[in-house]
Amino acid sequence: MPAAIVARSDGVYTAKMPVVVTGVIGSDTHIVGNRILSMALEQAGYKVVTLGALTPAVEFIKAAIETNADAILVSSLYGQGELDCRGFRDLCVEAGLEDILLYVGGNLVVGKQAWPDVEKRFLDMGFDRAASPGTRTETVLAWLAEDLADRKRRDA
Amino acid sequence: MTTAALLIDFGSTYTKLRAIDLDRRRILGSGQGPSTVTTDIMIGMKAGLDDLERRLGGLPRFKYRLASSSAAGGLRMVTVGLVRELTAEAARRAALGAGAKLVGAFAYRLTTSDVERIVSLAPDILLLAGGTDGGNSDVILDNAEVLGRSALACPVVLAGNRNAADDARAALAGREVLATDNVMPEFNVLHIEPARAAIRQVFIDRIVHAKGIDRAHAEFDRVLMPTPAAVLEGARMLADGCDGISGLGALLVIDPGGATTDVHSVGSGEPSAPGVIVQGLPEPRLARTVEGDLGMRHNAANIVELVGVDAIAAEAGLDAARVNALVAEISGDFDRLPQTADEIALDRALVCVAVRHAVTRHCGTVDTVYTVSGPVAVQRGKDLSEVNAVIGTGGALVHSPDPRSVLEMALADPAVPRSLRPKAPKLLLDRHYLLYACGLLGTAEPQAALELALANLDAMARNPSVERAVIG
Repeated sequence: MPAAIVARSDGVYTAKMPVVVTGVIGSDTHIVGNRILSMALEQAGYKVVTLGALTPAVEFIKAAIETNADAILVSSLYGQGELDCRGFRDLCVEAGLEDILLYVGGNLVVGKQAWPDVEKRFLDMGFDRAASPGTRTETVLAWLAEDLADRKRRDA
Repeated sequence: MTTAALLIDFGSTYTKLRAIDLDRRRILGSGQGPSTVTTDIMIGMKAGLDDLERRLGGLPRFKYRLASSSAAGGLRMVTVGLVRELTAEAARRAALGAGAKLVGAFAYRLTTSDVERIVSLAPDILLLAGGTDGGNSDVILDNAEVLGRSALACPVVLAGNRNAADDARAALAGREVLATDNVMPEFNVLHIEPARAAIRQVFIDRIVHAKGIDRAHAEFDRVLMPTPAAVLEGARMLADGCDGISGLGALLVIDPGGATTDVHSVGSGEPSAPGVIVQGLPEPRLARTVEGDLGMRHNAANIVELVGVDAIAAEAGLDAARVNALVAEISGDFDRLPQTADEIALDRALVCVAVRHAVTRHCGTVDTVYTVSGPVAVQRGKDLSEVNAVIGTGGALVHSPDPRSVLEMALADPAVPRSLRPKAPKLLLDRHYLLYACGLLGTAEPQAALELALANLDAMARNPSVERAVIG
């Protein structure tokens, strides 16, 4: 995917550069993992719109509209992710972003629960990918490249 | 022989003149005529000059004759952006900062009825924004297209996604389009100075002529800006100072008028306490807000409704029926000065509510969010708790029997700790209505303008009986 990216000219990214929105949802201040992911995305050539910690769901969506984002990557580390992310896809649909890629990752639920159950719950909510604790940034980059290429083929 | 300057405000009801002695930094005199922009601007201008001449016993030769205008409805603007809290809000702030009277603010795709509404509003300038640079371009292009097909005739300032600017300009074919930098080039980055400058340029080049103000061109050199922009510029000079003269530092200006209450602030508005997280759109250092529902005359009934007739009655020492009767009387009479003791008491109660609410809305808030790792303070808007000065301007304050007690309504209230209003500023009164004059003169002679303004701000003596309540 990064091969398709056009370099910045005079500090302005071009329309061909995929745009991703990142942030930590809800009343969650755990910013470190999200920052590492954002840096990895930037190094891979993505235009990253970083919303940081304590970000309400609607602000992800407003940022995605204004920046014409290709994907929203939601982090949640404090166990409340399931509550905070409920209705996220519906909000996107409401805002005209029905087709946007949605990823979620982190410590998404409280207690020890089997990951396949957790993953299924988030995919059912309308997320395209859910990342279990300890997922490497390379994995997320590979997912993004694959999913964005899929969409490009489909839309072509 | 003195070097003199003439500063003119073509207002909505009066043409106001200030003659300034530039060498001695003092007011030579003031003159006033009616506002006659809708008929022949020269009638009011001549009347003002005659008045000034009478008071001075002859007119000096003026080195500068600079004017601002809020006549003929002011600079009426409509703004259009994409997301209401993002580019639409940035566009709104650019227009307000340029001294405009905002008659409509739209977001997302314009509907047919939105376009009809905009055309019927007949603004002087439309500011079209939407999308970050490289971001969404569909909406601004659609909006440019529907506006391009409409009967809208006014100039358009284009300050949206730069990747869409050329196509948007083409879609607006036939209209005067001034393209400038995006009000939000990157997500959550506010960049409104270029749009403000573009609005001012269109105002000077086009609107001054369109409103017939330039028919008085023999009597002035230039109309520089809308009057609210001159007030904001005066506030900026007072805060920042200029070469060799230090300013007052961060400050807030409050201007309760007949139809609206304006609040200007100069200052970063960053958190005054450590560890506070700031959320929302970044705030401009020079901020102007206009409260369209808080006006001493047109909106007197709104003010009463806001706090309830009983609260106004108690504050004014009148009964509710008397308050209602007086409000009905003054609402239609824009320039009415209070005549009786009852009217003076009512005006004081009204202006207190207007000041308190307008400043509360202008200032930011801080709230505690409880997270797993403990409570976190989250700020939205500007923290103005540490500003050095609060300056009152406008007739409602100048004519008040006790302006200090009115200005105190702008101060932080210990009972409402989340509101980031000024805690312990100097309270100053612009008794001679010089802020606009300072803003105008500052473009030519900044030092003279600043010294004049600083020398003419009256410090409001502190009333010991209220001190405890204010500091507490």
